[in-house]
Amino acid sequence: MREKAFIAFVTGGDPNLDITEQLLYKIEEAGADLIEIGIPFSDPIAEGPVIQEANERALKAGCTTDNLFAMVKRARKTVKVPLVFLTYMNPIYTYGKKRFFEACRDCGIDGIIVPDLPFEEKEEILKECKEFEVALISLIAPTSKERITRIAKEAEGFVYCVSSLGVTGIRSKITTDLKSMVALVKSVSAIPVAVGFGIATPEQAKEVAAVADGAIVGSAIVKIVKEYGAGCIEPVYAYVRKMKQAVKSV
Amino acid sequence: MMNGRYGPFGGRYVPETLMNAVLEVEKAYEFYKEDKNFQQELQALYRDYAGRPSLLYYASKMTKDLGGAKIYLKREDLNHTGSHKINNVLGQVLLAKKMGKKRVIAETGAGQHGVAAATAAALMDMECEIFMGEEDTKRQALNVFRMELLGARVHPVTGGTKTLKDAVNETMREWTKRVEDTFYVLGSVMGPHPYPMMVRDFQKIIGKEIKEQLLAKEGRLPDAVIACVGGGSNAMGAFYEFIDDKSVRLIGCEAAGLGVDHPRNAATIANGTVGIFHGMKSLFCQDEYGQIAPVYSISAGLDYPGIGPEHAMLHETKRAEYVPVTDEEAVSAFEYLSKTEGIIPAIESAHAVAHAMKEAKTMTKDQIMVINISGRGDKDVAAIARYRGVEIYE
Repeated sequence: MREKAFIAFVTGGDPNLDITEQLLYKIEEAGADLIEIGIPFSDPIAEGPVIQEANERALKAGCTTDNLFAMVKRARKTVKVPLVFLTYMNPIYTYGKKRFFEACRDCGIDGIIVPDLPFEEKEEILKECKEFEVALISLIAPTSKERITRIAKEAEGFVYCVSSLGVTGIRSKITTDLKSMVALVKSVSAIPVAVGFGIATPEQAKEVAAVADGAIVGSAIVKIVKEYGAGCIEPVYAYVRKMKQAVKSV
Repeated sequence: MMNGRYGPFGGRYVPETLMNAVLEVEKAYEFYKEDKNFQQELQALYRDYAGRPSLLYYASKMTKDLGGAKIYLKREDLNHTGSHKINNVLGQVLLAKKMGKKRVIAETGAGQHGVAAATAAALMDMECEIFMGEEDTKRQALNVFRMELLGARVHPVTGGTKTLKDAVNETMREWTKRVEDTFYVLGSVMGPHPYPMMVRDFQKIIGKEIKEQLLAKEGRLPDAVIACVGGGSNAMGAFYEFIDDKSVRLIGCEAAGLGVDHPRNAATIANGTVGIFHGMKSLFCQDEYGQIAPVYSISAGLDYPGIGPEHAMLHETKRAEYVPVTDEEAVSAFEYLSKTEGIIPAIESAHAVAHAMKEAKTMTKDQIMVINISGRGDKDVAAIARYRGVEIYE
C-alpha cells in the first residue's frame, strides 16, 4: 500500500506573494505530497474566520489572479509535487473560464477545488478542465449520504472528504463516521480519498490517515502564517514536517 | 424553466454540505405548492394575520401635481410588520414547519426581512436566529431590538463590508454548521434554486392583487408598474403577473447611491457584470478579477451587490427596464410623498417614487401607473433627518 499523504493548504498572497513562493518550496521540502493554493476571493462562503482573514490580507496586499499565476509559473520550475488551486466560482467565471484554465495549464496546475460548485453544476467548467487537463476535484460532506457514490463515480484526482459540518477551521474533535464515507467512495472507485476541515494536530492527522489516503490541513497552517508573518517559513516547515511524519507512521 | 434557470441565469452554486438541504427544500416546495391545505393555510395567514389584500390607492394629489399619468400606489407598507417581506416569510416559515424543522435562520439588511422572519417564527413557534451586518445593526438599531423583542437572536456580522452581502455569507456558513433541523429563510428572489422561484411565488400576490384591483377600479391594465430593486423581491412580486401583458411597462429602480458613475453606488444592472455568487449566476458589482465590490446606498435594503437571476433575464430580454436612482432623488421623493399624500414610504420604496415622478410627467392623463410602496418609512425617519442635517437619534 502507498504511504499516506499529507496535503498542505496556503492562501496565495498571504502575507504576500514572495512569502507564498518561499512557502511552496519549504512545504515540499518538509514532505507534503500535494499543495493546495487558495486564490483569494472577497467572499469565501465555505471558510471559517482564519482563512477568511487570510483572503482579506492577501487582497489588501495586492494579490490578483494574474500575479498569482505568474508566481506559480515561476515556482513550478522547482516544485515537483502536484499543485492544486482552491477558489470560488466567481474568480474563475469572471476571469473567463477558458482563459483561466489555459493559464492553469501554462503554470503547471494539476487540479482545482471549487467549494461552491456542486456535482449538479459541474458542467459549468468541466469542458474547460478537460481541455486543459486540470482535474476537477470533487468534495463529499457528512450530509452527502446517497450522493457519495454518484459523486465518486465521476471523481478525478482525489476525493476531498469534508470531515465535519460547517466551515473550514480547527476543531477539537471530529465526530463524523469517516470510515463509512470512505468505504462508500471505495465501493465504486479506486480514487484516493483525503480528509480535510478541522485537522490541526498530529494525532488528528494520524486518526484520519488511518481511515483514508491522506489528511488535508489548511487553517492550522494559515494560522502560523498569520502569527509569524514574513517569518512564517521555518515554523510552517517544522509544522508540515511533524504532520507528514504523523501520517507516514500510519 | 429547467433546474432553476432563467435563460443563462440562476442555478444552484452551493457547497456540497448544503446540497441535500437545498434539494430537500425544493422537493418540499414542489409538493406543498400543489397542496390545497398548505395554500389554504397560507391564504388564511395572508388575510387574517398580514392584512391582505393590501390597498390599491389612487394618489389623486400626486397625479394632479405631476400633471401626467394617473398614479396608483400599491400599499404593501400597510401589511403587518410594515413591508412586503411578510408575504415571503409566512410562506417559507409555514413550509419549514411542514418539513418538521425546528429552527429558522435569516439574513437581513435594513432589518425588514429580519423583523418579518422573527415575526413568523414567533407565530409558528420556531427558534429564530438573524444575521445582520454590524454596520447595519448600528444604522437600524431599533430593528435589532424589535427582532429580539420577537424572540429572535441577532448576530452582528463583522466580516467583510459588515453589510447585507456579508450577512448572506454568514447565514450560509451558519446553515452548513447546523443543517439537519434548520431552514434558511432567504429574504429575496436570489440565492440558489429553488429560492428565486419560491420567493417570487410567495410575492406574486402583489401583482395579482394589483391586476384585480385595477380591473375593478378602471376596467383595464396599467401602462406601467414601478418598483424598487435590491435583490428584487417586491419588484418580482409586482411584475410577475404582468410579464405576458406586453403593453405593461415594467420598471425597476436601483440604488445609485451618490451617483451611478460615482464609486459609491449599488446599481447592479447599470454597472454589474455576469458572475456566480451567493448560489446563483446573475449580475454583480465586481472588479475584473471577480472580487465583489463594496456597494453603497442610503437604503440598507438596496445595499446589495447583486440582483435576482429572473431580473437579470428580464433585463437581458428587455422585458423590464431598470433605472438608477440616487440617494438625493430618493430622499426628495420620501419627503414629497409624505407631504403630498400623507404617506411616509420606506427609503427603499422612495427610489421607485422618485423615478415615477419623472416618468409620470412623460405620460398622458389617460395612462395609468402603479408604484409599489414596498414598505413604510418609520424606520428611516432618523436617518433622513440626519441626511438633512438634523441630529436626531432613535
